[in-house]
Order: sequence, then structure tokens, then C-alpha cells
Amino acid sequence: MSTTMADLEATPSASTVRVVDQHIVEIVSDSGEGAQTCGQMFADLVARNGNGIWTVEIIPAEIEPPSRSRAGASGNRIRLGSNPVTNAGDHADIVVALNEQVLYSRIDAGALHPGTIVFVDRTWAEHPDDEIRRRYQEAIEDFRRRGYTVIEAPIEAQCRQHTDDPRKGKNMWALGLLCAIYDLDAATVRENISRRFSRKGDAAIEKNLALFADGYDWTLANVQQRFRVPAHKHAQPMVVMNGNQALALGIMAAGIEVCSMYPITPATSASHFLANALQEAGGFVHQAEDEIAAIGFAIGCSYAGKTAVTITSGPGLALKTEFLGYAVMAEVPLVVIVVQRGGPSTGLPTKIEQGDLLAALYASPGDSPKIIIAPATIEECFHFVVTARRLAEDFRGPVMILSDANLATGQQPFPKPQLQSSWLAPPVEQAAWDQSVPPFAWDPETGLSRRPIPGQRGGEYVLTGLAHDEASHVAYESAINQKSMEMRSRKLAVLKSALHPPQVHGSAEGDLLVVGWGSTLGCIEEAVDQLRGEGHRVSSLHLRFLSPMEPGLKKIFERFRKVLTVEVNYSDPADAAFITPESRRYSQLSQLLRSQTLIDIDCWSQVPGSPIPPSRIVAELRRRLEMLRQES
Amino acid sequence: MSGLRQEWEAEAPPRNCTLQDYQGVPARWCPGCGDHAVLNAVQQVARDKQLPPEKTVVVSGIGCSSRFPHYMKTYGFHGLHGRAFPVACGVRSRRPDLHMFVVTGDGDCCAIGTAHWIHTIRYNMDLTILLLDNNIYGLTKNQTSPTTRTGERSNTHPRGNVLPPLNPLSVTLGVTNASFVAQTIDWNPPHLYSTIRAAYEHKGTSFVRILQRCPHFTSHVFAAVQHDMSQVLLLTHDDGIPLEPSMQRLFPNRAAHDPHQLAAARAVAERDDVYPVGLLYRDERAARYDLQTSQGLGKSQAEKMAATEKWLSRYEI
Ligand SMILES: Cc1ncc(C[n+]2csc(CCOP(=O)(O)OP(=O)(O)O)c2C)c(N)n1
Ligand code: SF4
Ligand SMILES: [Mg+2]
Repeated sequence: MSTTMADLEATPSASTVRVVDQHIVEIVSDSGEGAQTCGQMFADLVARNGNGIWTVEIIPAEIEPPSRSRAGASGNRIRLGSNPVTNAGDHADIVVALNEQVLYSRIDAGALHPGTIVFVDRTWAEHPDDEIRRRYQEAIEDFRRRGYTVIEAPIEAQCRQHTDDPRKGKNMWALGLLCAIYDLDAATVRENISRRFSRKGDAAIEKNLALFADGYDWTLANVQQRFRVPAHKHAQPMVVMNGNQALALGIMAAGIEVCSMYPITPATSASHFLANALQEAGGFVHQAEDEIAAIGFAIGCSYAGKTAVTITSGPGLALKTEFLGYAVMAEVPLVVIVVQRGGPSTGLPTKIEQGDLLAALYASPGDSPKIIIAPATIEECFHFVVTARRLAEDFRGPVMILSDANLATGQQPFPKPQLQSSWLAPPVEQAAWDQSVPPFAWDPETGLSRRPIPGQRGGEYVLTGLAHDEASHVAYESAINQKSMEMRSRKLAVLKSALHPPQVHGSAEGDLLVVGWGSTLGCIEEAVDQLRGEGHRVSSLHLRFLSPMEPGLKKIFERFRKVLTVEVNYSDPADAAFITPESRRYSQLSQLLRSQTLIDIDCWSQVPGSPIPPSRIVAELRRRLEMLRQES
Repeated sequence: MSGLRQEWEAEAPPRNCTLQDYQGVPARWCPGCGDHAVLNAVQQVARDKQLPPEKTVVVSGIGCSSRFPHYMKTYGFHGLHGRAFPVACGVRSRRPDLHMFVVTGDGDCCAIGTAHWIHTIRYNMDLTILLLDNNIYGLTKNQTSPTTRTGERSNTHPRGNVLPPLNPLSVTLGVTNASFVAQTIDWNPPHLYSTIRAAYEHKGTSFVRILQRCPHFTSHVFAAVQHDMSQVLLLTHDDGIPLEPSMQRLFPNRAAHDPHQLAAARAVAERDDVYPVGLLYRDERAARYDLQTSQGLGKSQAEKMAATEKWLSRYEI
């Protein structure tokens, strides 16, 4: 063990430790240099410490991008706070970049602002290639001009003292740097490193500990800036995971045995998880030949008694729509998860958008009423799957869960769910079926009915997507068609009657109400809290049920002078060329709310491919509040 | 099998199912439609094998032929055009206890459902697929299908089909992991019955192409074959489709064909001078996906929860 390890316990020079209630850190590198591992380990440490965190993966668009390229940046953003953190926030306070070009990709993404402290590996200043040296120098000057606090760190040079392959070691050195800056307990870090590299043997552990210690020591000796984000130890067991892992674990907790899918970003990682885990719970992942087959397979499982899940993203949803309509028409319980990405068409495969709400609602032919819910947090990604399976079975039809790329890749701690046996699907019913009960014995008031499962003697019937009567016999008569449509639609009204009105965040009345859905919850509430802190009469409301919607919306809206949806999907800016109140295309939730409430609900929506940071929401809300002030 | 309620596990008392027990609402196909013959044959096989109706599932797509499940008194799934296969695979994946037939048409299987056809053959789950090939789109009224012969006129090709027909047998035999490929004709009930029965008994995906007469739109297409049985080549083998010698004699053209030889099967499938009928190919050792997908069925609720807890705990901080 290197002698420097003993120094780790030494307190960093106490002179400049600033206490902050939240901070944003990024670590970026060429892909393959392990910035993500560093980021994850750092996030894990601060979360264990009791800090709130939200982490986001920074992913290059290509599998093997060239080194030192803007497009190749790979890493993590970690926002840590004294309190729970609900979103990735605005500008980074600290960025560690293993070369200057990947830092540019973060600048291009708007992740930095004047004052950001950037650590750049200064190895490039001594590179044998003139061109690389020149570009490095130019960049460093440019960074200073932009107002960043630039610290050139001898990362590679220091790493060479401990390893022949510094490309594989810089991430542990950077972890040491971050731990020193944030005054994290080095003993815990050592334990983590030892655990993480235990399978690679003692030599690997020693090497990584040495790299970490070197980064730590160098920082103590050379860096003035130190921060502390006070943490509160968690009172209960917590888990940290991303939204796709939460969906996958929700699938297991719900007792769903079959996940049928076709790979598509950003949904696939949930299936990667399940491919391993579900088998241990007795199930399996079916990788179908396409999305149509994936949902058809899931419907087959469901029909035979095992409510299945199919998981996809926008383009896959487009392919599934005919079968979705079938599941509505034939009343097949089914869970459909859509992890939205940027559209239309192949769009922005890895980026964030909430553009599939209307497609989810309306893309199937004819009237196809279905349940749609949208988790707003990673914790909800887990619990909503459990809810979805039960709703699918109780209401006999498809339930769609709309997640998005922001939830899929963000990580957040939440209380560890206490698994309940009541969450699991019951065993497949095989007792004899009362022959006098037809397969669609719709309750005339609720439209609800129970279904026979193959194997139940006396229940033999033919499921069909054609118009059918209670016996599931093909029936084209007007009266039967009218009635069966009504019965399928009625189920949504029945569900709605069982829901509670949503809770307003802030006061129940005021000047401006912001309405959102899905992953924007944290950003919207942070923006609203900031403005409320300044005395503005603004509140927000977040919808989890999108079809049917939670009740009482109109009453809530009427207590505000203006209602505005904030969404990450497209709407025409009201003041653009040719755009009139008549021609303007509104954002998706606002369209629905306008038609449901007949209130002149406005929208502000953007498609940046990334979450709309709280500061941008604040700026827009200020503008709206100012307009309201002028009106009165 | 577990994962199912106890009541089911105690087998029903012995009963004798008659043909009536498999007959659903009266079939509404045109008089003389070959589909009637296939329906009768399937009902006879079900009766002779005494398949409990509640444990029998017939899955279909959309087309005249795909109305099939409605005419059975078993469980049925009348699905979407071209999509019978994925549904059937999904049902089968967790229900090794069911007896399954899939009924499809030449448009359903060989046009809109082609991707699923190829992959279902490859999955080789235990399914009996009946392709009712009338060389035309019947339900939508006389459009060219992939198996329509060159020169045949239809509403979409009034001057005649310009392309050569796709050969469902050679396509199927070209798919890796094919395990049972046969051909039969609707107008020879014993051969039809024997073929469907052998297909049912085969463990894995059995693919049976049935030359099916559509008197409404393509009465001429198989008329010549029907009246001149020398256009049919009966494949015979001990491991083939069993047929009474008296029936065999109705086929003037007979050839011994070993169904275990893939190359020979492909060569027979390619013949364009005769319609080979009988078993072209069988491979009992082909990998079966359903043996994989049904593996975890025995897990108890407690075991499922333990597995979930184990994976959940990995994320604990
Ligand atoms: C998605 C979709 N496309 C088209 C149709 C219309 N359609 C119904 S059946 C059919 C063709 C049926 O032909 P085939 O499969 O050969 O069955 P047959 O009627 O000849 O038995 C078509 C095109 C449909 N129902 N769904
Ligand atoms: S149109 Fe042809 S295939 Fe359809 S029912 Fe009539 S005869 Fe049979
Ligand atoms: Mg046809």
C-alpha cells in the first residue's frame, strides 16, 4: 500500500471550504476512459452519505467515436443536494474533462456558465503532435475568455506513476480529485474501490487505490476550491437506480413473467436488466422479430392468462398501434411501456421528448379508449408498473405507461420498496367457468366484465377484433356496435370516478398555474418554488393519469387567472410568422386540457432534446407573470 | 404444471368428446370452399385425439380462412391480418398444456405476415400451422396473392400477374430450424386428415400447406389438378404421412421420399411439374424455443418475491 494512503485522513486545508446546499458536477472523457464509472461511484458515495442526487448519463451518439472529439463525450452529470434532488438542474459548478474537446461538447450543450470551475488534463500541452498542442492551448485560452475558472491538472502525468495505461486509470484519479473537493470520507471510498475491483484481484485493487490516493493528495495540495454539501443520513433503507431499472424491477414486483420487446433506444436497457433478472423470477424476455410481433406475443401471453408487458419507444409504438387497438377491442389486459425519445420518425434516438402522448391516445384506428399513466419520478416508474398490471386486469384492457429518456437515464435515491405479495399476479384461473356467463358479460353500468382463460372448461370462446356481442360472436348490428363501444368507453369513466383530484403544488389559487406531466415534475416545481420565494402567485399541478385524467381539473384551473402547460414537445410559438390564434398548434397536454375544460389554456413547450432546466422555466414564467401584471 | 390453480391440476374425469363437442357456429364459407374440408379434418383429429376443447386453442389472422376459430367450439383467437404467428407463440410460451392450431391464408402468411412466418418456423414452438392456400385474396375479393400463378388475372392485375409465384414450401424449408413441412390437398379427405394428424403429433412447429379450392374466385386454379391426379406426386415413406394402400392407389404418381433429407426435401419442393403431397421434411431434434420459455413456470410466489428482492437489494445504498 502506498504511503500516501495514510494522508487521506488528513483534513483538507480548512481555509476555503464553502458550504452549499446543492452543487452540479460533471465528469467527461472519451468513451472508454471510464468517466461513467467515476461518475457512478461518486454519485453512489454522496447518495450513501445522505445527500439527495440526480444523475444523468452523458452518452456519445456513436458506439466508438474518435478520441478527442466533441461528439465523443461520455460521462455523467451529478447534481447533489442537502435535500432530495428532483432534476439535473442548470449549469455545472464543476466539470472534470479528460481532454478539452469533450469539454466543448458540454459547452455546446449549454452545460457551463461563467464561473464554472473546469479541470482539464494538461497532458495535451506536452503532446508530441503540434496540432494537438495548438488546439489545446487555444481551447484553454478560449475557456478563460468565456469566464470559466480553468485548472490544468497533470492527470495523465500523475497516473503514469501508478500505471502503464493511464487511459484506464484517469477515472480513479478524477474520483480522488472530486472526493477531496467535496471532503468525502476516504475510508468509505477505499472500501468501495476494493469492492468494485475485487474480482480483478489484489493488484488491480492496489493500483486503483493508488490512483485514487494520488488524485486526492494532489487536489489537497494544489486546489483552493473546496465545497461541502451537508447531508442528512437517511432514516430508512434507500435504493438508487435509473428509471429503466425501476420499470424493470416494477415488472418483477408486479409478478409479470413475460417482457416481449424489440430493441430500441432509450427503452432497451430495461430489457437488458430483465434478460438476466426475470429468469430468476421464473419469467423471460422475448426478443421478437419486430415491434408488431413483440406486442402480438405479449397479447398471446395475456390471452392465455399471464398479463405480459411490451416495452418500446416512439417508432415502436407506431408499429404496435394496430395490436393496441385489438387489445382495446378484445379487452385483453396488457402493459405497454413507452420510453419516449425525440420524434417524429427516427428523430432523436437518445434524447428527451414528451411527444408521444397524442400518439398513445389516438394512434389506433377508430375509438380506442385506453388507460395511460405517466410516472413523474424514478420511484413512480417502479410503482406505476405494479398499478398498471392491476388496472389492466381489473379494467380488462391495455394500460400504457409513458416514461421518457430523462427518467430512463436519470438516477435518484428513493425509499426501498417493501415488496408485497398482493402486488403479484395471481396464478392463472383454471377452475370451470359458469357456462351461463358469456365472455363479455358487460356490467351495464360499469362496462366491466370477467374473462375466461383457455383451460377453463365451459368458457370456450373466440376472441376477435371484429365487432362482437357479449358472446364474442361477430356482430355487425348497429345496436350491438353502439353498445359495445359504450361499454369499452364507460370503463374509463368508472376509473376516473375512483381517482382523487391532483394536489396543487403551492397555493390553491393565484395568478398562474403551471401544468405538467411526466419527467418535468422536478424542473417545474423547482422553478415554481423559486418564484414563490420571490413572492409571485404561481403554483403548479402535475398529472399522473392522462387517460382518464384525474377529476376536478376545471375547478382547480378556475382559481387561477392563467393556466399554462410546460412540456417537452412541440408547439408553435404564438408570435411566429403566419401563426395566429387559429392556426397555432398547441402542445399535446394543452390540446387535451383545452378540449376537456373549455378553458383557454396556454402552453409553453420546447424541444431541446434535453430537460428544460429550471432557469429557463423561471425566465418564461417571469415573462408570463409580467404579461399578467400588465393586463390588470 | 405449476403456475396454474390447483383445481385444474386434478384432471377432469374421463369423458368422450364427440365431433359435436368441437363444432362452433355453422361455417359461413361459400359452398364448395375447401376450407370446409379442412375444418372437418381438424375436428376429426381433435376428436380422435380426444383433445379437451377447453385446452385447445385455434389462432388465426384475417381472411376467409382465418374465420376458422369461430367454427370450432374450442378456445380461439381471431386476430389481426398477418399476425397469427406472434400471438400463437405468445400463448404457447407459457402454456405447454394447451393443444394449438394456427390457421392462416396465403396473403396472411406469405405477404403481410412474412416476417413472422420466417421467425415462427425458426422458433419451432409446438404449433400446428395450416396454410390454406387458395392462390388468391378471398375475403377482400379477388386480389393477387404472393402464391398466384404467373398470368392469372385478378382485380389488382386485370392483365395477369407478371411475377412467378412464391413457393411456400421452399421458403419454409429455407428457414434454419424448420422441423416439419408437409403439403396436402383439400379434396382428398383421408390424406388431409392424416397430414393434419401427423402435424399435430409432431412436437415442434409443423407447417402444412394445403392446396385449397376457392370456387368463388379461383375455381379453375386447382380444377385441372383435381381432375388429373397425375399432376400430384404422392410422397411415401415409413416416416411420412400414413395412408391406406387403397387410398394410395388414387394417386397414380407416387415416389418414395425420405423426410429426413433436407436437400431432397428442398429438391422436391422446387418441382414445378407436379404438386408433391405428403411429408417433405421432418427433424425431431430441431431446437425448440418453447422449452426455454416455459422453464420458469414452477416458481412459487415466494420464490418470485425472493428473486425480486435480491435484484432490488443490489441498488440499496
Ligand atoms: C392491416 C390489414 N390490411 C389489410 C386488410 C384487408 N385484408 C383482409 S383479409 C386480406 C387478404 C386475405 O387473403 P388470404 O390471407 O389469402 O385469405 P383468404 O381470404 O384467401 O382465405 C386482406 C388484404 C386487413 N384486414 N388488415
Ligand atoms: S371466397 Fe373463396 S376462400 Fe372465401 S369462402 Fe368463398 S370460396 Fe372460400
Ligand atoms: Mg388466400
